Amino acid sequence: MSDLRDLYQQVILDHNRKPRNFRRIADANRTAEGHNPLCGDQIALYLTVEDGVVKDAAFQGSGCAISKAAASMMTAGVIGKPEPEVEALFHRVHAMLTGANGAAAEVGKLAVFAGVREFPSRIKCVTLAWHTLQAALRGAAEPVSTE
Amino acid sequence: MTPGAFVTPVAPNEVWDVERIRKDFPILHQQVHGKPLVYLDSAATSQKPQAVIDALVAYYSVDNSNVHRGVHVLSERATAAYEGARARIQHHLNAASPREIVFVRQATEGINLVMASFGRRFVGPGDEIVISAIEHHANIVPWQMLCEEKGARLRVVPVDERGEIVMEAYVRLLGSRTKLVAMTQVSNALGTVTPIEEIIRLAHQQDIPVLVDGAQAVPHQSVDVQALDCDFYVFSGHKAYGPTGIGVLYGKERWLERMPPFQGGGDMIKAVTFEKTTYNELPYKFEAGTPHIAGAIGLAAGLEYIAGLGLDRIGEYERELLACGTRLLSAIPGVRLIGTARHKAAVLSFVLDGVHAHDLGTILDQQGVAVRAGHHCAMPVMQRFGVPATVRASMTFYNTPAELETLAAAVEGAREIFA
Repeated sequence: MSDLRDLYQQVILDHNRKPRNFRRIADANRTAEGHNPLCGDQIALYLTVEDGVVKDAAFQGSGCAISKAAASMMTAGVIGKPEPEVEALFHRVHAMLTGANGAAAEVGKLAVFAGVREFPSRIKCVTLAWHTLQAALRGAAEPVSTE
Repeated sequence: MTPGAFVTPVAPNEVWDVERIRKDFPILHQQVHGKPLVYLDSAATSQKPQAVIDALVAYYSVDNSNVHRGVHVLSERATAAYEGARARIQHHLNAASPREIVFVRQATEGINLVMASFGRRFVGPGDEIVISAIEHHANIVPWQMLCEEKGARLRVVPVDERGEIVMEAYVRLLGSRTKLVAMTQVSNALGTVTPIEEIIRLAHQQDIPVLVDGAQAVPHQSVDVQALDCDFYVFSGHKAYGPTGIGVLYGKERWLERMPPFQGGGDMIKAVTFEKTTYNELPYKFEAGTPHIAGAIGLAAGLEYIAGLGLDRIGEYERELLACGTRLLSAIPGVRLIGTARHKAAVLSFVLDGVHAHDLGTILDQQGVAVRAGHHCAMPVMQRFGVPATVRASMTFYNTPAELETLAAAVEGAREIFA
């Protein structure tokens, strides 16, 4: 079960049980929806962006522990960050999950998701929230799909 | 090979020796993640007995050629093997004629063929197609496409909280506008065995033809299309111990004769000029292009294999497995079985409190247990039961009670991780 403990670390289980920023922002100025048709995970993401800085971030939806924890920790991690920094963090998380070297450097607490690398079918569970975030920042009209 | 040559080699009173049967399935004898493989995903695709693998190897090693055209010996052999497979399948389903057995890619293509051919000829604006709430997407989406094209209407028979068809509602939906009933015999997501004989009888009282989706039935029980009196019957080879890419559409000759071809090409024609093409006779009218010859031969070998084991005895053993699995999973706190029909196939669809199906699927996989986690290509079923997804353990005759104990222990393990 050691691999499983790498995947389901206590931090992830905790965010699954008590997701942070699990709410709707009524006056959000950037929103997007994401969907993983493979497992039915759904996320609605709400952002308040002022002067190029993410002032508030929240989400609602349903999904597995990995996807819920990913959305929870992502929203917590991007609040207060300027848009270019959020974009850079997205790329570092993506590289950690799919890149050749798997460097977990410079992603802070999000390093808990490094173990997902070993479970290829679950990588999209983490990236769904991030792709939805990117869509919200870019003002995409269509819902994001992992497929 | 002639249909009469197929006999049942196992005496009816012989004990069910599952260990001996497992030896026929080479794939089962491996470890995954350091644990013995427990394959509980046969409703997605079944494993293949050595007899099927051998039939494929023998065909490609000895007889491979194109069918219905060569004058050389290999083509004659390939044609005889391909048509022999059709005869075997005709015999297995007790169809009246080989002209009624059309090879397709899988059940999905069989339904699409009926939709495109029967549907375009016999369905018009204001007409209705009746399906049930527990259909696979393959028996929903083609009819939605047809209804959209024709201005027809899709009517859906509801199921109750056990996952059983509400027959009173079914009867009410049948009427003069109904052009076809398309219904599953066994639900892939829940395991519900529908009262298909009654469904057909009630439709026929009003002269409405019925298509039966038998994808989950053929692998587990004997099917007699003449006794059922269904108008169309489809199933997939790969769920019935045969290869992927081959399936069967059975259609009553009197319907198939009146239906236009599905696809155009070689094999489905008698004569072609630029002015006029004469279509071939049944079943070739519906088999455009070089077919999956090896697939048909492999599928016939798979059906022959289960007929040899005895389909009644397979059913009896699988009922024991279902009872065992139901007992083991029901004893785990937080487990909720989705689909508790009184007449049920060996399928356990369930959710575990506080653990998403996708997480549970990963945890079970780490214990060597292969299950399906998700919506099982039946999203309306998930909506009906208010769950985003379930874990589905689907059993067949090569599974053992010990494997179900491994499943239950792994589910317990998941509870502990998420406690």
